[in-house]
Amino acid sequence: MSALGVGTWLCGSLLFVLFCVAGPGVAAADDVGQIKVARGSVVVERQGRQEPAAVGGRIQATDVLRTGRDGSVGIGFRDGSLLSAGPNSVLAIDRFVFDSTTHQGAFDATLRKGTLAVISGKIAKQSPDAMKVRTPAALLGARGTEFVVRASGPGD
Amino acid sequence: MTSTRLAPVALALLALAGCATPAREAAPAAPRDDLYVLLPPPAGSPGALAVTHEGSEHVLTTPYAAARIRTPGRIDVGVVTPEEVRRDFGAALDALPPRSTSFIFYFLEGRDELTPESRRELTAVSAEIARRPAPEVVVTGHTDRVGGQAFNDTLSLQRAERVRAELVRVGIPADRIQVEGRGWREPLYPAPDGVAEPRNRRVEVTVR
Repeated sequence: MSALGVGTWLCGSLLFVLFCVAGPGVAAADDVGQIKVARGSVVVERQGRQEPAAVGGRIQATDVLRTGRDGSVGIGFRDGSLLSAGPNSVLAIDRFVFDSTTHQGAFDATLRKGTLAVISGKIAKQSPDAMKVRTPAALLGARGTEFVVRASGPGD
Repeated sequence: MTSTRLAPVALALLALAGCATPAREAAPAAPRDDLYVLLPPPAGSPGALAVTHEGSEHVLTTPYAAARIRTPGRIDVGVVTPEEVRRDFGAALDALPPRSTSFIFYFLEGRDELTPESRRELTAVSAEIARRPAPEVVVTGHTDRVGGQAFNDTLSLQRAERVRAELVRVGIPADRIQVEGRGWREPLYPAPDGVAEPRNRRVEVTVR
């Protein structure tokens, strides 16, 4: 085995281990994103059930993320959008539809309270205003853009 | 004695306070101080952020342009400093996942084989995956504008599948790799319909 061959093999083995640690492997059809960063207390609410959020955890449309006083969470979506919420935040994923061939789609999220950072992805790039973020006070239309949002609200 | 005399005053103050708060707020919510800020991207245009509040729309188009809502019915538009953004949004910004990294693979002309440069890139993809939390790999095939759309959609998917096979060979688990075909929709070098452009026959591997 050549040096390159050994290197490739080692790299492959390391990757295999990494993927195994990262959590549940196969992506389900309903998955629209994945948790990449989770700090402090963060829960994912799905159909009325709450689960602690962990790196590698899958996100589905209609999930609601809640961060505690020390919590923050970062999610990567299928269209390449990146969203992250700071402490004491409630972020609802209302709708996510994305065609990977045409890049047509729709992405609606609501920040009920707290802080949010957004780097928009292919949905917003393909169709201006196809990505919307709501707060209790306003509607934000992202036209291929990066932005931050702070919303005051009771949060539920 | 004193408390009895003060009671009507206290009641009047409470009634006044009641008048000052909007009636529809059931719970005593924190005072509203909503802030929306457009940030500059690492490169290129900052795009735009349209803010609609009670029927009126303001479009933010310059870096650090900001819209603030304190009183219902009123948007104040202005500019904030990067320091203010850091102070108010630091925790959220620190939780943003790392941006994706892309690699482009080319094939030897007329062959089912990657160019030597592209073959070396496979190792770079592995290294990129190793330094990311919960890594995902998206393999996207592209074509030039020779042939019909359906034909090119299929062809781009086939090219992507070939690169996926190479990635699996160097140890990346197949079920972590997503494959897409974009056909001719995203040329790197614009070329007229029907004209061959080898630089557009490529496969892009994005690690995120």
